[in-house]
Amino acid sequence: MEILIYGLINSVNLALIALGFALVYGISRLPNFAHGALYVVSGFITWTFLRRLELNYLLSIVLALVIVGIVGALIYRFVLIRVRGMAISEIIASYAIGLAILEGFRWCGFKGLTYTLPVFVPGSVLIFGIPVDYHRMLVVGIGAAIVAFLWFFTHYTRIGLALRGMAQDERAALMLGIDSDLMAVVAMAFGSALAGLAAVLLLPLGNIVVEAGYNILVLAISVCIVGGLGSWMGAVLAAFLIGFAQILTVVYLGAHYQMVVALLAIILTLIVRPSGLFGRQKELEERV
Amino acid sequence: MGTEQEQRRKERLDRGIKVRSDGLYALMSWRELSYLTVPRMVLIVGFLILPLIMPSMYWERVISIVCIYALLAISFDFMAHFLGLVSLGGAFFIGVGGYISAVLNHSLGLPPLVSIAVSTIVGALICTLVLLPCLPLRGVYFAIVTLMYPLFLARLIEALNILGGTDGIMGLDSFPGRWIEQYFMILMVLGFLFGMRRLVNTDLGLVLRAVKDNDQAVRASGMSITFYKAIAVFIASAMGCLGGACLVHIYMWAGISLFALDFSILPIAATVIGGSGTLVGPLLGCLILVPISELLRAFGTLRIVFYSLILVGFIVLRSEGLMVYGQRKYHQFERWVRV
Repeated sequence: MEILIYGLINSVNLALIALGFALVYGISRLPNFAHGALYVVSGFITWTFLRRLELNYLLSIVLALVIVGIVGALIYRFVLIRVRGMAISEIIASYAIGLAILEGFRWCGFKGLTYTLPVFVPGSVLIFGIPVDYHRMLVVGIGAAIVAFLWFFTHYTRIGLALRGMAQDERAALMLGIDSDLMAVVAMAFGSALAGLAAVLLLPLGNIVVEAGYNILVLAISVCIVGGLGSWMGAVLAAFLIGFAQILTVVYLGAHYQMVVALLAIILTLIVRPSGLFGRQKELEERV
Repeated sequence: MGTEQEQRRKERLDRGIKVRSDGLYALMSWRELSYLTVPRMVLIVGFLILPLIMPSMYWERVISIVCIYALLAISFDFMAHFLGLVSLGGAFFIGVGGYISAVLNHSLGLPPLVSIAVSTIVGALICTLVLLPCLPLRGVYFAIVTLMYPLFLARLIEALNILGGTDGIMGLDSFPGRWIEQYFMILMVLGFLFGMRRLVNTDLGLVLRAVKDNDQAVRASGMSITFYKAIAVFIASAMGCLGGACLVHIYMWAGISLFALDFSILPIAATVIGGSGTLVGPLLGCLILVPISELLRAFGTLRIVFYSLILVGFIVLRSEGLMVYGQRKYHQFERWVRV
């Protein structure tokens, strides 16, 4: 029972982390190596608003998400769009931006245990004899809501449909009058805001540290690869797979091996089924 | 097209001497001979006298560090621009090579030169083996996996407290002398540099470049892409492991900092600045960046920010790099022509 509950929570966390990456990659084929950096950035922005400027918690979260979305859009609009389609440059540029942000934060002295966010709802409740705090339950609820929202957004709104059109076939989308550059910027803004959302939901459970940026990036990427790069539903399902696998490892082997799970998952996926569980890419395109 | 406003464009033409020295005629006059050899000799001789003119012990150490980064950068350039695989984990090669060499030296008591040689080969084998799953695939997988390995290995060593844990392995043997150390490094860099320049024009190099440009054509010719990629990754990771092995003997210490991000980002920055796809460019980039980085040592992690921003700037605005620019000026002249 413990495994079930904590596995569920962990899986939702992973899904939240990975959704932003999956969204950006699915739409503009851009592996956003700055994802982890954006996650940490939004944590720090929220912290600044909350602690330094002493704004309302909800207001500071909303502001942080908006700012991170804009930052993501700016990064795309002014840097990454210039190297669009050049795979080597795309990877290097986004990785370098992420590194610059993270190491910049480290240099500014944002480290240690002083940077924490409060939980939304303090306290915990016993479910089947296992203490689960309200915050984690709230995270699961919000996570489910986000997945549902994304589904409705991409199926029933104009922008969402345009994004999906671009993900499926960029040239056809261009012919139908969808501005692919604009949509890519929108996707990047959404992806960054999703990273930010994951940050404000998950960071209250621990400290805001720069290292989290790298962990988040690694986790997001492994979930996306297992789910199939570019498939959002695949990413959600893979998050459950990896989430439960991680909890099982922690219970039966020890917490050290938690990171091994992510790496092993990637390696196994690449060997057995490179396009991932639900990869939309054809096997032939991927496996040369 | 207005008549008052002349339309002009820049025309680039090869210099006559380049055309002449491309062929056998190069051997016919001193001018053409020197046109070919002087740039190379400047590099080789300049590099060889570097240790003699360095003012202090500290800067002599910097030369060795430049060489280590240069090995990494050349291997990055080779993989990225002749094979199409972007490695974001130079630190992975450094770490594997370094730790193997440290263990061989510390536990088995092998002398440094033997342990460096062994760890180069064994380390390259290990790197190739663990990277093998992503070799049959196109796309971003290689970058992702190479990004993950160093982070992950550092975490593993820390968590399991193996290989000396967070303290690292101390008390390794150093090179027999500082001249040997520096000239060993320099000769290795020059050897690999000119070796790689040869390699990319041999049959093997042609296949590798074909893998980058059109892998289906290679497959249609009945050659296994994975096999060729594995060979190239073996060569590239051997260079990285060699660098790592030398590094631990220079510092007489192997620790988790072998997996530090500097080793991943600086070679990439050096390659982009120096000129991608030239193999000499990365060396030039290292010669510029590493001393700057040593001067900025006081700023700590701000250096990584600095490389990253330079990298983004160059890749977006000046993606050709210094060496390509220099080669163009050397081989070609430009003039304005009326359209």
